Amino acid sequence: MVENNRWVKFSSHLILLLGIAAVVFPIYIMVIATTHTGPALQRPPFPLLPGDQFFENMKLVLGEGLSTAGAPPVALMMFNSMVMALGITIGKIAISLLSAYAIVYFRFPFRMFFFWLIFITLMLPVEVRILPTYGVASSLNLLNSYVGLTLPLIASATATFLFRQFFLTIPDELLEAARMDGASPMRFFWDVVLPLSRTNIAALFVILFIYGWNQYLWPLLVTTDERYYTIVMGIQRMLNVSDTVPVWNAIMTTAMLGMIPPVIVVLLMQRLFVKGLVETEK
Amino acid sequence: MAELRLDNVIKEFGEVRVIHGVDLKVQDGEFVVVVGPSGCGKSTLLRMVAGLEEVSGGEIHIDERMVNRVEPKDRDIAIVFQNYALYPHMSVRQNMAYGLKIRKFPKQEIEQRVNDAADLLQLGEYLDRRPNQLSGGQRQRVAMGRAIVREPSIFLFDEPLSNLDAKLRVQMRVEIRQLQRRLGTTSLYVTHDQVEAMTMADRLVVMNAGVAEQIGTPLEIYERPASIFVAGFIGSPSMNFVEGRIAADRQSVVIGQDFSIPLPQVTDAIQADQPVTVGLRPEDLHLTQESPDEASLPLTVDLVEVLGADTLLHGQVPHLDTLIIARLSGVPQVKNGEVVHLAFRPRRLHLFDRDSGKSLYYGQNAA
Ligand SMILES: Nc1ncnc2c1ncn2[C@@H]1O[C@H](COP(=O)(O)OP(=O)(O)OP(=O)(O)O)[C@@H](O)[C@H]1O
Ligand SMILES: [Mg+2]
Repeated sequence: MVENNRWVKFSSHLILLLGIAAVVFPIYIMVIATTHTGPALQRPPFPLLPGDQFFENMKLVLGEGLSTAGAPPVALMMFNSMVMALGITIGKIAISLLSAYAIVYFRFPFRMFFFWLIFITLMLPVEVRILPTYGVASSLNLLNSYVGLTLPLIASATATFLFRQFFLTIPDELLEAARMDGASPMRFFWDVVLPLSRTNIAALFVILFIYGWNQYLWPLLVTTDERYYTIVMGIQRMLNVSDTVPVWNAIMTTAMLGMIPPVIVVLLMQRLFVKGLVETEK
Repeated sequence: MAELRLDNVIKEFGEVRVIHGVDLKVQDGEFVVVVGPSGCGKSTLLRMVAGLEEVSGGEIHIDERMVNRVEPKDRDIAIVFQNYALYPHMSVRQNMAYGLKIRKFPKQEIEQRVNDAADLLQLGEYLDRRPNQLSGGQRQRVAMGRAIVREPSIFLFDEPLSNLDAKLRVQMRVEIRQLQRRLGTTSLYVTHDQVEAMTMADRLVVMNAGVAEQIGTPLEIYERPASIFVAGFIGSPSMNFVEGRIAADRQSVVIGQDFSIPLPQVTDAIQADQPVTVGLRPEDLHLTQESPDEASLPLTVDLVEVLGADTLLHGQVPHLDTLIIARLSGVPQVKNGEVVHLAFRPRRLHLFDRDSGKSLYYGQNAA
C-alpha cells in the first residue's frame, strides 16, 4: 500500500525531520547553554552556537555548587541520585523476582489472596500514599538517610506482576527436569529461572532506573539535609532563587549532567535487549 | 539396575479417578512399553513412578523400597520428556552435566561421563552448542544423554519421539532400544504409537481409560488380544469386527444372514446362541475363487489402496453393515466396484463377548 512516489517520500521525511527537530532542539539549546557564561545567556539574542565556557561551568557545578541557591556540588547530588536510583531498581527487581517466584512455584495458604493484595497496590503509587508513608518513614527515623530515600519506593506490584506473567510461560517440564536432576527450589531459581529472565530484568532495569532517577516529590519530603539532596531536586532549587536571577549556565550544565546516567543505562541495556531478542530462546 | 513394581496404583485428581488400580512388574533390565489412546493416563502413570505426581492409592516399589513418599531426586530415576525440557540457556555439555553438578560429583568424573555419553550418542561436536542450535533429533539425543550420564537404575520415557518426523522416529527408536540393551537399564516407555510399541517392547502394557487392559509380549497381545479394545488398538489397519451369534450346536459362529464359520474347537467359554463380536485381522484375509468347498465372503470393493508391498481393499459384504478391510500382499488386479471373494482360516478368528468386550476365544490356541 505504500506509494512509491517522490512527493510522498519527501513529505514523510519532512514530517519525521520536524518531529526529530522538536525533540532535539531543546536538548541542543541546553548543550549550547553549558558553554556560555550566565550573563551571555541573559542577553537576547540567545546564542545558538557553542561558546568557550564549558570547562568553567563544569568546574563550577561539579566542585563548588551554588551556595546562593542552597544546592550542594553536583557531584554529591549525582552520587545521591545514583544511590537512590540503583537502590530502588535493584531492590525492586530482587523483591519482585522473589515474590513472583513464590507465587508461581509454591503452594501456600492464601497464595491468591497475597497475589491480589500485591496486585491492588498497583492502584496506590507513591503520590497517593505519600503522607502516611512519610509518617511511617519519620517514625522509623528514616528521614535524611539513603534507606529513607529508597526503601519506601521499593515495594513494587508492577514488576511482581510482570515476572509472574513471565514465569508462567516457562514450561513446567523445565521445573520437573530440574527436580529430577535434584535441584532444590532456590537452585532452580538461581540456575534456571534467573538466567531465563535476563532480558526481562534488563527491560525492567531501564524502566525502574529512570523511574528512580526522576523521583522528585519523595526526596523533597524526606530530605532536609543538603547532604542527601538528589540532582532532580537540585535543579529545582537552583531555579527557585529569590532576589537574584537564576544562574542559567549552571542550571543547564547540571541538567545535562543529570541526563547522562539514564542515557548510559539505556544504551548499555539496549545491547542486552537486542541480544535477547535475536537469540530466540525456548 | 532395578526392578519396578506397581501394586494397585490409583490416581485421583480431586474427585476424578484417572488411574483405576494398575498392577505391573518390570523386571530388572526389561523394556516395558505403555501404549494407549490419548488421555488414557499413560503420562500420569509415568509421572507417579517418577515422583512428579502424588500417588492416591496403592504402592510403587523400586526393588524392595516403597517409594510413594520419596522425592523424585532420591528415586534414582531419569526421565526423558516429550518436549525434551532441555535448559535453553545452557550448552549441551552443561545440560548433561547439571544433574551431576548438583549431586556434587567431582569435576573430572562429570567430564568423563559427559564425554562418554556424547560419544555414545554421537554428540561430540555439539557439546558447546545451545539446544536452540540443534535439530530435533539432536535435542532428543541430548535429552537421552542427560538421562544416561546419571546412570540411574530406571529410565522413564514419555513419548520421546512424537516431535520427530517419521524417518527420524524409526531411526531413533532403534537407537534408543540398542542403547537400552547395551546399558541394561530397566525402562518404562510411554507412547501412543502402536508401531513403536510393538517394535520396541519386551513387554507391552495396553492401557484404556486408566486401566491396564492387557500386559504381555507384543506377539501375545497381537495374537491373543484380551478384549475388543486391545484387538482394535493393536494392528494396523485395525481388526475388522462384525456382529455374530454362536450356533445352537456350538460348533460354529453365524454372521450376517446365515454365513456360518466353523469353529476349530469348542470351549466352555462360549454358550449356544450367545451374541458375540467376531474379529478378523485384515492381514488374515486372502483372495480366493468362489467355491462351494470353502467358506468365503463376497466383498464389493469401494476403495483400493496400493501401499507398494501391500494393498488394502476397503469394501462391503452383503448383510454385514460394517466396512471390511483386507490387507493383501503384492498388487492384485482389483478394481473399484468389483466383487472379490475373501477367505480366511478359521484358526485366525477372534470371538469377544458382546457386552463385556472380553475375549472368549481365539482360534490360535485351539490348534
Ligand atoms: N493435573 C491434572 N488435573 C486434572 N486432571 C488431569 C491432570 N492431569 C491429567 N489429567 C487427566 O488425566 C487423564 C490422563 O491424562 P494423561 O496426561 O496421563 O493422558 P495420556 O495418556 O498421557 O495422554 P496423551 O497421550 O495425550 O499424552 C486425562 O483425562 C486428563 O484430563
Ligand atoms: Mg501424555
